[in-house]
Amino acid sequence: MSDSPIAVEQHGPELLHHFVDAEQQRDAATLGMWLFLATEIMFFGGMFCAYLIYRYAYYNEFAAGSRSLDIYLGTINTAVLICSSLTVALGVRAAQMGKRKLLVILLLLTIVFGLAFMGIKGVEWYQKFEEHHVPGHSFNAADLVKEYPQIHIDQQHEQIYFSLYFAMTGLHALHMIIGVGIFIFLTCYAWKGRYTPKYYTPVEIGGLYWHFVDIVWIYLFPLLYLIDRKPLR
Amino acid sequence: MSEHIMSSKLYYTIWIALLCLTVVTAAVSFVDLGRFNTVIALVIATVKALLVVLFFMHVKYTSEKLTKIVIASAIFWLFLLLALSMADYGTRLLS
Amino acid sequence: MATVAVTAEREHYLNKEYGIRSWLLTTDHKRIALLYLASITFFFFIGGFFALLIRLELLTPAGDLVQADTYNKLFSMHGQVMIFFFLIPSIPAVLGNFLVPLMIGAKDLAFPRINLLSWYLYMIAGVIYIHCIVYGGVDTGWTFYTPFSTAFSNTRVIEAGIAIFIAGFSSILTGLNFVVTIHRMRAPGMTWSRLPLFIWAHYATSIIQLLGTPVLAVTLLLVVFERAFNLGIFDPTRGGDPLLFQHLFWFYSHPAVYIMILPAMAVESEVVACFTRKRIFGYNFVAMSSIAIAVFGFLVWAHHMFVAGISLYSALIFSILSYLVAVPSAIKVFNWTATMYKGSISFTTPMLYAFGFIGLFTMGGLTGLFLACLGIDVHVHDTYFVIAHFHYIMVGGAVMGYLGGLHFWWPKISGRMYPEGWGRLAALLVFAGFNLTFFPQFILGYMGMPRRYWQYPPEFQVLNVLSTAGSTILAVGYVLPMVYFLWSMRYGKIANDNPWGAAGLEWKTSSPPPTFNFDEAPEVTWEAYNYEEIPAPAEVPVER
Repeated sequence: MSDSPIAVEQHGPELLHHFVDAEQQRDAATLGMWLFLATEIMFFGGMFCAYLIYRYAYYNEFAAGSRSLDIYLGTINTAVLICSSLTVALGVRAAQMGKRKLLVILLLLTIVFGLAFMGIKGVEWYQKFEEHHVPGHSFNAADLVKEYPQIHIDQQHEQIYFSLYFAMTGLHALHMIIGVGIFIFLTCYAWKGRYTPKYYTPVEIGGLYWHFVDIVWIYLFPLLYLIDRKPLR
Repeated sequence: MSEHIMSSKLYYTIWIALLCLTVVTAAVSFVDLGRFNTVIALVIATVKALLVVLFFMHVKYTSEKLTKIVIASAIFWLFLLLALSMADYGTRLLS
Repeated sequence: MATVAVTAEREHYLNKEYGIRSWLLTTDHKRIALLYLASITFFFFIGGFFALLIRLELLTPAGDLVQADTYNKLFSMHGQVMIFFFLIPSIPAVLGNFLVPLMIGAKDLAFPRINLLSWYLYMIAGVIYIHCIVYGGVDTGWTFYTPFSTAFSNTRVIEAGIAIFIAGFSSILTGLNFVVTIHRMRAPGMTWSRLPLFIWAHYATSIIQLLGTPVLAVTLLLVVFERAFNLGIFDPTRGGDPLLFQHLFWFYSHPAVYIMILPAMAVESEVVACFTRKRIFGYNFVAMSSIAIAVFGFLVWAHHMFVAGISLYSALIFSILSYLVAVPSAIKVFNWTATMYKGSISFTTPMLYAFGFIGLFTMGGLTGLFLACLGIDVHVHDTYFVIAHFHYIMVGGAVMGYLGGLHFWWPKISGRMYPEGWGRLAALLVFAGFNLTFFPQFILGYMGMPRRYWQYPPEFQVLNVLSTAGSTILAVGYVLPMVYFLWSMRYGKIANDNPWGAAGLEWKTSSPPPTFNFDEAPEVTWEAYNYEEIPAPAEVPVER
């Protein structure tokens, strides 16, 4: 059997020449995205390893740092991301059913939720900046020590907590920015009617990426915000 | 990936469940359960992650075994990194 | 089926389009392989240049060629260039890219544009690293150990870290492409058990690339952050743990050595099978051992840290695991040797490299077991024993595998034969030069000469002189193929489809292959290494 261009004419222009059929192309794309997500698990995992080691060593400092984060903003942000995952999932469903307008609305909503998340994150980071909890030369966690004088907190170990806080939430935020960028592209293409029930793979794999970023936050939230919130005597 | 189109009602149900679990995990953190605070927080996080993976990412409905192998392998590999690193840190004071 | 075409009028991937745009914007995996071939050869000579300066300095016990700080930069950059810009890409990005689709009967890799992106990322990383070299270099050792790299070094650590970070993504994308291709794009009839062992080994390599490299990436990122923002994550005076860096670094860098050797083992299987005209003995064992190496390779990293301060209990665990990881490699060596038994052996250039590989890799691997033994490691850690050990594997193993593979598939890649006489001479020079360079280093290390030292006690001089002498012979052996490969592209004897009479789908298409690899999509009905069905070539069309 020939693999000439004749076979391509029977499919849409999205079928790339080196694939036998659309199904192979879609299977390759989704496997590729899942493998990429596996690499991302290991990427964030390195930081989780650093976090684990230092939390084990400097529990008091980690607990104090955790308490200084705004749990309400953190919870709201978690909810925002969960809503965005909903709109993504509904968006993929809309694409599957060929509902172009609905798809565009859901993709836009996802972007809005993503931007809201980053806005709230920006507010939190600014709070940390004001409180001198940003690692570096002006770092000063004396306020944590003052609040709970019965607990011994080492300033330098505290700085490690905040270094990891900013590194992990920063890396996560970077992935969100990339996600928003991807979804802007998806929205434009969706608006132009490029996605049909026969071909919506980019929406599907973009969705997988977004859900993954959500899952990373699902773990970051308790690990960073909820280390020890019980009332201190 | 399967062509199975899920009902939007199921999506909304999962969404509500995720939001509830979020509120629960935040609220429980204020209760003093000693070491179990961490355990419960991680368990809830894992349940939430599973809900997202199985339903929002369609892994429950896929006929593709390879997807599940990829996910399981990645998590296992991360576990290797964490566990073998802790094998050092956890035993330092012993030697 | 493609017939023998001798004239240059037949269209193939090299003459299909001319012009720089057709190369820089290509998505043809074969052209991308050649782009990589050019780039990694360039970096090989840069790394080699640093090695030359190191060996020149070590001719005399005194530090008289360069200053101590400069010497630190030399060995650091030699290591980083050779590992990240030569060895890690070498076989996968050149031979893997070229051959994986051909061997499985596909038209291209799963993601051709990502393949091109992978090369561009590599080039961007390379440019940044060259800039780093020119503007001051890096002196932390290839291993970037903290807190020296994060707090004390006055060299361009951030730049080097960023370059290697980007190169890491190039590596990840290559691995991703291979895994998806091998899963999804095999031709009808090409079942897993009919795959050439080359594919199995590259599959295992890709798994390591996917799961290990991201950890290096995030670790280098943390080093860059620490250095740029004066954090204290790895600073012991501020509660940080330098060993955390080492754990994270070696979690990747140990499996990285398997990224470097598995593809060479891939080549070894193909070459040994062809030049003994037999199916590889124990196909299943060799295939599974590749996977085993990939998995076990992740369990042993702290054997680089035995004397760094890890707990004794974890050292014991990692020591035992390090012994276990040698088993699958040994299985391969036994199987290659068993293949040769009662085989019909020809001593062509690729086969000479293959013989060299088996001997030298075995020596390197066995000396690894010396190092895995805690007591011995205390004595030889950070000495030339370690250097000799890993050069036996990386150079005696991986580089010889790479050269052997280049020679073996050169007819397929270029449509020409290289001159066999020169090829054999170069192989022998490489073997002799290599042994003269690195065997004395085992002795030096055992006698106590530390690594990374720019001056040494006079009693070590004789062995150092021998080592430097060997390196010059080795250098000649490396330059020769560059010269005659280029020569052969114009003047070499035209190759037919299958000059070696080898098994494998890549030999069923023309040399060089057409852009879409096969004139007709293949359907596989035979097992791998079906040498009983393939007649040996009456005469290998070599140039004498």
